[in-house]
Amino acid sequence: MTRFNWFNTTTLTLGFAFLYLPIILLMIYSFNESRLVTVWAGFSTRWYQSVFFNESFMNAAWVTLRVGFLSASIATVFGTMAALVLNRAGPFTGKTLFTGMIYAPMVMPEVITGLSLLLLFVSLDFTRGFWTVTLAHITFSMCYAAVVVSARLATFEKDLEEAALDLGCTRFSAFMQVTLPIIFPAILAAWLLAFTLSLDDLVIASFASGPGATTLPMKIYSQVRIGVSPEINALSSILIAVVAIGVVTASLVTKQAQLKRMKEERLATNAS
Amino acid sequence: METSVLTQPVCKFAPWDNPAQKPLVRFENVTKKFGDFTAIENLTLNIYEREFFALLGPSGCGKTTMMRMLAGFEYPTTGNIALANTNLQKAPPHKRPVNMMFQSYALFPHMSVEQNIAFGLKQEKTSKAEIKQRVEEMLSLVQLEPFAKRKPHQLSGGQKQRVALARSLAKKPKLLLLDEPLGALDKKLREQTQFELMNIQEQLGLTFVIVTHDQEEAMTVASRIAVMDHGKIVQVATPAEIYEYPNSRYSADFIGDVNIIEGKIDVTTGETASLNWAEGETPLKVSTKQRPNHGTTCWLAVRPEKLRISKEKPENADNCIKGEVWDIGYTGNISTYHVKASNGSILKAQVSNREHLADRPITWEDTVYIHWEKGAGVFLEN
Ligand SMILES: Nc1ncnc2c1ncn2[C@@H]1O[C@H](COP(=O)(O)OP(=O)(O)OP(=O)(O)O)[C@@H](O)[C@H]1O
Ligand SMILES: [Mg+2]
Repeated sequence: MTRFNWFNTTTLTLGFAFLYLPIILLMIYSFNESRLVTVWAGFSTRWYQSVFFNESFMNAAWVTLRVGFLSASIATVFGTMAALVLNRAGPFTGKTLFTGMIYAPMVMPEVITGLSLLLLFVSLDFTRGFWTVTLAHITFSMCYAAVVVSARLATFEKDLEEAALDLGCTRFSAFMQVTLPIIFPAILAAWLLAFTLSLDDLVIASFASGPGATTLPMKIYSQVRIGVSPEINALSSILIAVVAIGVVTASLVTKQAQLKRMKEERLATNAS
Repeated sequence: METSVLTQPVCKFAPWDNPAQKPLVRFENVTKKFGDFTAIENLTLNIYEREFFALLGPSGCGKTTMMRMLAGFEYPTTGNIALANTNLQKAPPHKRPVNMMFQSYALFPHMSVEQNIAFGLKQEKTSKAEIKQRVEEMLSLVQLEPFAKRKPHQLSGGQKQRVALARSLAKKPKLLLLDEPLGALDKKLREQTQFELMNIQEQLGLTFVIVTHDQEEAMTVASRIAVMDHGKIVQVATPAEIYEYPNSRYSADFIGDVNIIEGKIDVTTGETASLNWAEGETPLKVSTKQRPNHGTTCWLAVRPEKLRISKEKPENADNCIKGEVWDIGYTGNISTYHVKASNGSILKAQVSNREHLADRPITWEDTVYIHWEKGAGVFLEN
């Protein structure tokens, strides 16, 4: 029944064009020989080479990766802890307030979060740089991590933890051996979300960052203000490629794991 | 106790009658409150080694709460629980020689059947060889060898339940708690598993505490039954004792079918009390050692199968009530006659169907006589 009639085809094409035309255009122009962005002058990879030899771009990329990795990891740990408290601790005074405060940063305008962090760092006399950006990213991505893990824990049977305790586990080892493996996919998803959020944040990073800790989005933005250069196109294309490879790898790994499980299940069923 | 009345084999298992016997589990004035709500109220109870002890009661009476206190997931608000003379007051679940089989089975979904069973042993740092051997032992005990490598979601309800049982037995706990273990099974598998449980308990010489809604199940498996009501224990006794000598209307009504007749004491002579139960009827006689005063309200409980029914007035029966057949319940092996007495109350009498249906002499709206010996009924003061 899923035949391609002209209506379906048109809708699909228009939809994809709407989503991807700008990106495709950007990628095409990144291979442009000319220095002028809008004039095609033949195929070349020179802008890619120049990106790799552009030290300021490479520095920004390195900062972004470090900030993303560190902030995503810490935010996931904190977010998971917050989710555990929300789901596991019985009713305690101020639980509603705590829940609200965990979710609030999600709806807070980024400009305000950024500004308030800036004020905090200034009043505490922190030198702004790598660590302040990381801190800022932990703050705002933690709540997303908490939400993702919390959604998984809500359907997690408490009986399983109690069974582990009953069979001789301490609370900590019950968490490590039973809860953690079961909710691990959610934790991984939380980490990826936090990492992505950190990767493409511009507003908060601009407030929290200082000299020597320019992230890639900040770098691109500041370059574009001077004028779009083909180098930026190349850099953006690389970024897109990295993200795409990451997403595809992640889904392949998941698929593999699923196939393996299905195979095991089939074997187990045949054994009987 | 009226135990002596029952005919018993000489060396019957009855540690509760031996005052020198130390109990394995001892609840001492245990009260458990959830906020303002009292789930268990001042409860004292002994459970002995090698017992198969059943907790029976309606939903919400506190059965699971008692189990959870034994397992260490809840602590008594006041009072003590001792296990093998060790006070459990503050012991966390993993420090207790107690295992629990959960009502929901609670199998670990990310582990195979084998790994589930081995889980408890692994926590004890048992050697690999020993774990392997014990797991095999358990698998063969519950007849699940071919399923060792499967994950829980590839098992049927009955198989899951047996994995849960094997897992809780693997550590050979001093005390095994079973919270409605057979709730998810159909009648036939349920009966089969009841006997498996009894075999396992006997083979391994363990102590089991089982929670059940099902009075028949409790009667089948248990060495003793505790009938509970709203956080209190109404009666603790062997299944036969509870059935034959309930101590209250509540426990008479909870176990099996029963006729309860309310009345006021007429006279008490020797060990027989006479009960005025309806205007213009002869008082009913019942054996009792109690000596209640004239006029006190009390009850006579008598099981339907102990009543006889006939069309002619019986000669010299202790108790006889004239009535009209109101309804007949036919369940194949037995017929239950619902007979309406002069005061409007309905009595149930059960007769086993030795003859064919067509040969039955008694039918609807017949006038009949229901009669029984004074020893067949039980005198109840509350
Ligand atoms: N954590 C809790 N907080 C508040 N009340 C509770 C809690 N646990 C149990 N209760 C209450 O205590 C009472 C006894 O509960 P329990 O689970 O022991 O009942 P039960 O006898 O096992 O019932 P069922 O046969 O339905 O399983 C119930 O009224 C229940 O509402
Ligand atoms: Mg229960």
